[in-house]
Amino acid sequence: MTLTSSINTRPYTLGSMNTGEPCCEPIAHLQVQNLSLAYGQKTVLDGVSLDIYKGCITALIGPSGCGKTSFLSALNRLTDLSASTRVRGSVLFDGEDLLSDKVDVLTLRRRIGMIFQKPNPFPLSIRRNLDLPLKEHGVNDRKIRAQKIETALRDVGLWDEVADRLDSSALALSGGQQQRLCIARALVLEPEILLMDEPCSALDPISSAVVEALIIRLRGQYTVVIVTHNLAQARRVANYAAFFWMKERVGKLIEFGQCQNLFEKPNHQLTAAYISGTQG
Amino acid sequence: MLNKHIDKPVSVLLMSIAVLCGLILLLVLSFLVKEAWPAINDGAWRSFLVDDAWYPLEGLFGISPMILASLAMTVGAILLALPLGVSSAIFLVFYAPAPVGSVYRLMLNLLAGIPSVIYGLWGLTKLVPLIVQWQAPGVSLLAAILVLTLMILPTVALTSAAALTAVPQELIAGAAALGLTRKSQILLVLIPAAKTGIISGVLLAVARALGETMAVLMVAGNVVQNPTSLFAPVRALTANIALEMAYATGTHRAGLFASGLLLTLLVLLLAWLASRLRSQAQRG
Amino acid sequence: MKERGFTLLIWASALLVAAMLLWVLSDVFIKGLSHLSWSFLMDEPSDSGRSGGIAPILISTLLILLVALFVSIPLGLAVAVWLSDFTEQRSEFANIIRLTLDALTGVPSIVYGLFGNAFFSIFLGLGFSIVSGGLTLACMILPVFIRTCESGLSAVNNDWRKGALALGLSRSATVWHILLPAAAPAIVTGLILGIGRATAETAALIFTSGYVDRMPESVMDSGRSLAVHIYDLSMNVTGGDDAAYASAFVLITLIILLNTFAQAGVNRWLKGRLVAL
Repeated sequence: MTLTSSINTRPYTLGSMNTGEPCCEPIAHLQVQNLSLAYGQKTVLDGVSLDIYKGCITALIGPSGCGKTSFLSALNRLTDLSASTRVRGSVLFDGEDLLSDKVDVLTLRRRIGMIFQKPNPFPLSIRRNLDLPLKEHGVNDRKIRAQKIETALRDVGLWDEVADRLDSSALALSGGQQQRLCIARALVLEPEILLMDEPCSALDPISSAVVEALIIRLRGQYTVVIVTHNLAQARRVANYAAFFWMKERVGKLIEFGQCQNLFEKPNHQLTAAYISGTQG
Repeated sequence: MLNKHIDKPVSVLLMSIAVLCGLILLLVLSFLVKEAWPAINDGAWRSFLVDDAWYPLEGLFGISPMILASLAMTVGAILLALPLGVSSAIFLVFYAPAPVGSVYRLMLNLLAGIPSVIYGLWGLTKLVPLIVQWQAPGVSLLAAILVLTLMILPTVALTSAAALTAVPQELIAGAAALGLTRKSQILLVLIPAAKTGIISGVLLAVARALGETMAVLMVAGNVVQNPTSLFAPVRALTANIALEMAYATGTHRAGLFASGLLLTLLVLLLAWLASRLRSQAQRG
Repeated sequence: MKERGFTLLIWASALLVAAMLLWVLSDVFIKGLSHLSWSFLMDEPSDSGRSGGIAPILISTLLILLVALFVSIPLGLAVAVWLSDFTEQRSEFANIIRLTLDALTGVPSIVYGLFGNAFFSIFLGLGFSIVSGGLTLACMILPVFIRTCESGLSAVNNDWRKGALALGLSRSATVWHILLPAAAPAIVTGLILGIGRATAETAALIFTSGYVDRMPESVMDSGRSLAVHIYDLSMNVTGGDDAAYASAFVLITLIILLNTFAQAGVNRWLKGRLVAL
């Protein structure tokens, strides 16, 4: 089966599309090919093909329920959690299909971290929130762990705020601090890609701005895929944007391109209508 | 990366333990059947119903008086515990001022936690002498009913209270808006709405009463006879097992296991009914 | 008027129930305390238990409970974890296991006694011993313990589960480091239910652990539990009522004490694992 035969939208893969001038050297970090996803009998996403570029921020936009979050969880195999979820297609990562059974999921998830909508620090101390994943991934040297923890907390700008209470509960932090802690928890494992599912939507405006600034700082060092309903935020942070829409109750990728381009000169009528606020 | 692939073996280990624990039921049932076999195979089970007395040493295995005694105790206890338990629940949910309510709930929990042998002891030393003043011999169906009532009251009260609390608030508000008095609200709207929950609690209580051994063994008098009077000493099916296991051999022992099997099937049937009702209440 | 009558009726039945409880409790406390003494706890029983104490019986009770908990806690936690985290919530197979566990919960204790006698004492040749009794009780308390722990584990915030797995933690590590500590309150509840049932049990023990009232030398010896002792004193020993009440008082106190220990023990285990919930 060829890539294009079964899908109605052109695959947005490297070199095959008009994405405008690249922001950076466009090297595909993930190559999503004809990805479909179903929960039991219900197909939620169909025929999605696109590349995620290394060191760039890719925003997934579109109305609720069109499969953006499902798409995100397929990329680090969190979809495995329920046996009724079926994922088809392929996602190339380092020349390997990360959807294949042969992939070691635990290592994959270390390399592709995920941040959730609601901050979910563990009910442990701040230190142990970062210490536990390190230990579980085989970092046995206590000193090295301490160092990595400090670096991660500095990266997210939390070190100065919590350095004197590392052993108190992470749940006592404010919502914005908790979310930054969760980002630090992902960063401490030195991932290559970060998946973010509306990381700011549960936060107050000020915390949201702090987290957003942090996400922008990650650009260049990490590949970021972010789901957001906040179009202004997508424009501010993202290099690339992918627009998802429901067609006949199934989520589809409608358009993908350089963020600026997609917002200013959308190729598709639906995209234009959505970003101008007349649909969705 | 020591524990990278630990999930697979752990999963297999946990599943085997789960299967093992599930097999306990099979093991219990099969050992009951195995031990009871001499008393139930080849139509031998008929003697349980046909024989008119329980003289196991002479080969007479009529257990109907004991089944009747067990049923009489259970029915009597439910008849007392149901109204008392439901009104306690109503008290707890609608009438008790907050601090009284929490003390009352604590008390019911305490009551539920007292070992049955202590109820038996208390019944034998306090209740039975009282009944003797009224009518000898004291150890009787009545004593068993009263002790069982005390034992199942907390179950009935606590499950009914839970069922009443689960009634949707709109229903109560609606009833109040109709201008119903509190009594009518409770009797006409709340109790019917909580009906399935209450009945499922009662079924659990019935199962507990039927399966109870020590308390009834200690106060019922243990004479194998049909329960014809409240003051007559009777022997429950469970008590019979406890009394005779110590010396039973051969078919006698098999007969005791057979009565245990019967008891188990009865109680499982009740538990199944209760769970059907519960899931029905959750859906509707 | 009718309204007043109903209110009165409700209050009256509530008071009646309270009065009955107070009656039972006060009898046990007053009669029990009056016979209780230090030597009652420390001495061997004599004259069929009319005089002397209950030291060997206390030891047997604790040993039986220890065997029961030693077996049922690890097995129970394993099954609960499997049901909540290692199998699909709605899988047929898991539901069958749940169903059998629920059925086991309903089996009367005297039937466990029959089973324990036939299986542990005779079939496995463990005889009338503390081990037989403890294993019988383990079978009896396992189902309740499993179901309580399972519901506690399922109630743990799913975001933690997803967060841990998204970090590449194994299921096992997630359960061990995060879910089990977070479900600790439910585990304590299950433990308390189990301890309560096991300590109070009489019928299941008479034909498994027996009623020898000497000090047990090992867990292979027969040992009389407190509940069996109370039964024996009040039914088979004339003039044993005082000692029976004192034993009853000790039994209730023991259950309360053990519950407190269970709570404290789990709290201690949590310390350093969980900071707050």
